[in-house]
Amino acid sequence: MNGSENLIHTFDVEDVRADFPILNRKINGMNLVYLDNAATTQKPRHVIDALTRYYEETNANVHRGVHTLSVEATDAYELAREKVGGFINAPRPETVIWTRNTSESLNLVAATWAEEHVAKGDNIVITAMEHHSNIVPWQQLAMKKQAELRYIPAGKDGLLEMSNISKIIDSSTKIVSATHVSNVLGTVNPVDELTRRAHEVGAVMLVDAAQSVPHMPVDVQAMDVDFLCFSAHKMLGPTGIGVLYGKYDLLNDMSPFMFGGDMILEVTYEDAKWNDLPYKFEAGTPNIADAIATGAAVDYLNNLGMENVWRHEQELTAYALEQMSSLAGLKIIGPKDPTLRGGVISFMHDSIHPHDLGTGLDQLGIAIRTGHHCAMPLVRSYDVVAAARASFYIYNTKREIDELVNGISETAGYFAS
Amino acid sequence: MMGGTSGLGDLDELYEAIILDHYRSPRNSAPVDDPDVDLEVNNPFCGDEFHIQLKVSDGSVSQVGINGRGCAISQASASLLAELVEGKSYAEVKAAVDSVRRLLKGEEVTEEEQDLLGDIEALGGVRKFPVRIKCALLSWVGLDDALTDHLKK
Ligand SMILES: Cc1ncc(COP(=O)(O)O)c(C=O)c1O
Repeated sequence: MNGSENLIHTFDVEDVRADFPILNRKINGMNLVYLDNAATTQKPRHVIDALTRYYEETNANVHRGVHTLSVEATDAYELAREKVGGFINAPRPETVIWTRNTSESLNLVAATWAEEHVAKGDNIVITAMEHHSNIVPWQQLAMKKQAELRYIPAGKDGLLEMSNISKIIDSSTKIVSATHVSNVLGTVNPVDELTRRAHEVGAVMLVDAAQSVPHMPVDVQAMDVDFLCFSAHKMLGPTGIGVLYGKYDLLNDMSPFMFGGDMILEVTYEDAKWNDLPYKFEAGTPNIADAIATGAAVDYLNNLGMENVWRHEQELTAYALEQMSSLAGLKIIGPKDPTLRGGVISFMHDSIHPHDLGTGLDQLGIAIRTGHHCAMPLVRSYDVVAAARASFYIYNTKREIDELVNGISETAGYFAS
Repeated sequence: MMGGTSGLGDLDELYEAIILDHYRSPRNSAPVDDPDVDLEVNNPFCGDEFHIQLKVSDGSVSQVGINGRGCAISQASASLLAELVEGKSYAEVKAAVDSVRRLLKGEEVTEEEQDLLGDIEALGGVRKFPVRIKCALLSWVGLDDALTDHLKK
């Protein structure tokens, strides 16, 4: 490998690559080209070491003991919360709730805040480009409450149709929940505009930041969002841990999501009093090790600088769009303008099914995602049942995009001949 | 350009010539008039969808029509199925579905079964690509369910 890339960086991609042990793997005899980062990202040594170190040196339960290990584990767990809070500029660490993933964070809001505030005749507004995790909880709630689920449509240009939002978001809207960056189209949505409109009508604004927090600077106070959800595994961290950020007063007024140890202040045989934030939402022994490793992931990203991460992905995306659009038979969905999108490119080939393409690319060591991307209604709206998707992160290079482009033409050639 | 030793060559194990031929020119894809069995099967994981239509008389399948969209494996498999079941009795179709299941899972199939399956053996290549087994099975499982339903009526 060489550093002959013409990317302007304040970090060196080859140095970054050296931190990721998995990038040394061979797949079917070829160097791994990992382009499935929207599904989950790879982990740097720094994060893997944080996990190992925790289990080798600190392991104990948190908030429960006076012994040294318990105190150290508690401190490390809470320090990780502070790091994550700082990463999204949360006003105080208690507004950062650990969950299992974005899906659980979304379900938590649907099952607590929305359960209490949405009534018959109200409406819930989402967009036509949501992940199933940000559709199904609202569908279920709307059915249960006899509320209406409204969608902000997406145009064929891959952008939300914002012209009607003041009609769609109206005085009966209780919550607006929208993805910041689409995991299919790559579109960066105008969440600030949606937030303003939601607040105008007294609704709360939830942002599904699963595809934005890992890739760009996100400031929950500047955005003024009420809730924001993301997963650690999409930002160099481990699986099994995610975050719900919420405004303090909202979280404080909400009922608990689950009941058990740690989330109570006092229990009698008859009743219980809820613990303070954030513990009210963290019933049972939490995912201590993975929370701590998430803190390590945040350190790693801060060290690179999120502005730089975003710039790197923007350059890769612009390059990939340009290279891929020269391929015959390839149709890219989502915004044409690379500055309107994150590092996610979904595409279809007119003569190869995405799964055959995925199998062909895998033979060349190239990992992409194929299928409906957990966004069936959106993918179907393009009149296809499945699409292929390449998605980028800090360790990807232009050379890898060249390999993708060559791999697509080679596979197309295989099926054409 | 690429640093490894393999390439697309290994794809031939999955996509044998027979598979590619059925994929490019599917058999029995014309719709059946007034079908006795008419069903849609789909695999939500891939989004593959097939429409299977049969005419049945005197305990056997007299006409088949299968069309839909899917990957090369599921399309070729549906085409091979369409070719096999025409003219077969229910019992023979059921037996064939069972043999195909075992073939794809890498379990034993007898020589007799191999004779019955003929070109379908080419589907056995999916064994090395486990995530694609479902693609190959889709239409067979659908057919099995449809016949079972039909026999209950
Ligand atoms: C936009 C978006 N929302 C939600 C999710 C769900 O994330 P998780 O599977 O970590 O709960 C994903 C990930 O696939 C996503 O891309």
